[in-house]
Amino acid sequence: MKYVDEYRQADRVETVLDQIRETVRQPWVMMEICGGQTHAIVRHRLDRLLPDELELVHGPGCPVCVTPIEQIDRALAIAARPEVIFTSFGDMLRVPGTNTDLLSVRAAGGDVRVVYSPLDALTIAQANPNRQVVFFAIGFETTAPANAMCALQAARLGLDNFSLLVSHVRVPPAIEAILSAKGSRVQGFLAAGHVSAVMGYWEYPPLAERFQVPIVITGFEPLDLAWGILETVRMLEAGEVGVANAYQRAVTYQGNRPAQLVIDQVFEPCDRNWRGIGLIAGSGWRLRPAYASFDAELRFDVGPIRSAESEDCIAGRILQGLSKPTDCPAFGSACTPEHPLGATMVSSEGACAAYYRYRLNAPEPALLEERRA
Amino acid sequence: MTSPELTKISAGPTACCPLPLPHLSQIVLGHGSGGRMTQALIEATFYPELGNPLLLQRDDSAVIEMADGSRLALTTDAHIVSPLFFPGGDIGRLAVCGTVNDLAMVGAQPRWLTASFILEEGLPRQDLARIVGSMRAAADEAGVLLVAGDTKVAERGKCDGLFITTSGLGLIPADRQVNGGRAQPGDIVIVSGTLGDHGVAVLAARGDLAFESDLASDVAPLNDLVEAMFAAGAGIRVLRDPTRGGLTGSLHDICQQSGVGIEINESQLPIDPSVAAACEMLGFDPLYIANEGKLVAIVEPSEAPAILAAMQAHAYGKQARVIGSVTDVNGGRLVLRTSIGSRRALEPMSGEMLPRIC
Repeated sequence: MKYVDEYRQADRVETVLDQIRETVRQPWVMMEICGGQTHAIVRHRLDRLLPDELELVHGPGCPVCVTPIEQIDRALAIAARPEVIFTSFGDMLRVPGTNTDLLSVRAAGGDVRVVYSPLDALTIAQANPNRQVVFFAIGFETTAPANAMCALQAARLGLDNFSLLVSHVRVPPAIEAILSAKGSRVQGFLAAGHVSAVMGYWEYPPLAERFQVPIVITGFEPLDLAWGILETVRMLEAGEVGVANAYQRAVTYQGNRPAQLVIDQVFEPCDRNWRGIGLIAGSGWRLRPAYASFDAELRFDVGPIRSAESEDCIAGRILQGLSKPTDCPAFGSACTPEHPLGATMVSSEGACAAYYRYRLNAPEPALLEERRA
Repeated sequence: MTSPELTKISAGPTACCPLPLPHLSQIVLGHGSGGRMTQALIEATFYPELGNPLLLQRDDSAVIEMADGSRLALTTDAHIVSPLFFPGGDIGRLAVCGTVNDLAMVGAQPRWLTASFILEEGLPRQDLARIVGSMRAAADEAGVLLVAGDTKVAERGKCDGLFITTSGLGLIPADRQVNGGRAQPGDIVIVSGTLGDHGVAVLAARGDLAFESDLASDVAPLNDLVEAMFAAGAGIRVLRDPTRGGLTGSLHDICQQSGVGIEINESQLPIDPSVAAACEMLGFDPLYIANEGKLVAIVEPSEAPAILAAMQAHAYGKQARVIGSVTDVNGGRLVLRTSIGSRRALEPMSGEMLPRIC
């Protein structure tokens, strides 16, 4: 496929990997912020091809994972109402709330529908004037413009049966939180290319200056990732601080201004809870008061939400050394490094991934020998 | 802001992607995905009650040995698809081909089929006539007879137009030994053509995901292709039609049944550019998407060139390719050599395939 295959060619990737090996002199820890990048790195096993000096730490940029449990519980309560058609991006359906998930709500009779574009939710609302159509507006800056456009369109069409359950999050406050944390090991960032395509990277230079780190805008294909890593290593080795763009085919400094204006028109910053992390000040977006009539939280009174993390999620316990990966019923069956269900399996240094790799007869040792030969 | 937790992020993330629920109390769509959830359901509910040596062969058809030494193959399939008509076929062609192919995958020559119809009140008669007509056409093409049937009508809203269940009986020539447990290290893995066409074509025809394509389903009876392959060489050890769960599901089953590893090469996989593009956009992987007119064959290395040539000379195998080999080094795992030269495990699908957020 054009514009994808070119960025997955072994010889081109190997050339950049060689440059990384020539450039690196000492150990460095860098974080790819975006879950899409983590997935691409693991999917192509780029982590296995990097020199041992480089440690990739995976960031919290998985919008599905960090959507707060209380907001998922609210979604579940709304979706179960008989008058509601609840629309969502597909991968939210299997994320559990306190007691259940959207797949189960659907199986029990709730009208839960997967949409690819939020604008499809508007079409459903127009086709079902006697039903209440709710769209679960989650995600980072990447999904925010289309979700904001939904509110604008709904207002223009005068739809009174459409609303948004908003749980947007923003990348720069997360980077700031990570770097502010005591004992942070992250020395450089691969910034998320898709988010930057929308937002540009004008928000990053002050962060790079304040925390004295390189931030490199990076794409998602193996070659893009290799370029981003090379530039980060080069800056680290040279002691450079600042922002570089290794994803120039998609990202400009200003970003997509019309998209930014649409976001600004509809959403305002707010504090937001990140699942598994906690509250990060100013890290979210919510609907502005002018669009409050499209706010599903105000439209549906679902009573008090009492949320509690599921006992099934033991990633936190594993990291605290309280449990072993093999205590988890999903370990090695539903949860593997290639289809990770928990951060400890996603992370190349995570306990679950290590257990999985070394306790089964994984192919990695053979690969290592091959590379050293 | 809570610094202590954030400290842990930088030391190794605590941002836990919460584990999906196991869905033990009720059936969800993922139980029909053909992946791990389907397997878990079968093993938890069906095998304990109904298990017997024939059922536990775990192949596409049960192989029954008669007193005179001859062997029968018996299989059954339920078909639900929305929409009923899609580019390249319809539920009728799907029902006949699915059962014919399950028989062919144990080396059988399919002979007789039965079909049960559950019709929804309000189904247009002309739709039914069209579907039955295409069943007839597919049966003629495959050289099978539909010899018994049943019809029931469900109240409106109780089924999606119609459901069809087909069963099939075939005869296995004496010299054929084909089952999922026969793969050996060194064997060659061949697929008969492009992967993911059926699943993506049906998805596009459904119209609820915002993309259009000119893709057609590959739904086809493969028994004649299988005959051509056996005519070219007897060294066919395993045959599978990678339907639900896709190529990954089929190869994973073979690894498990044979106790071998399989390594396939990403750069050699035949994938139509439209399928690749749709999958990139939606966050799907063609290696997990259903095919209805493709097979994967594990063959002895010495006979691989002749079998491959015979496949490529057949209408349903023109794009056949060697995609990998059977190994003894991967500990019974399915491994993908990626286009950038690294290796990764390919695991079966966990649940229902869902489009990603962005």
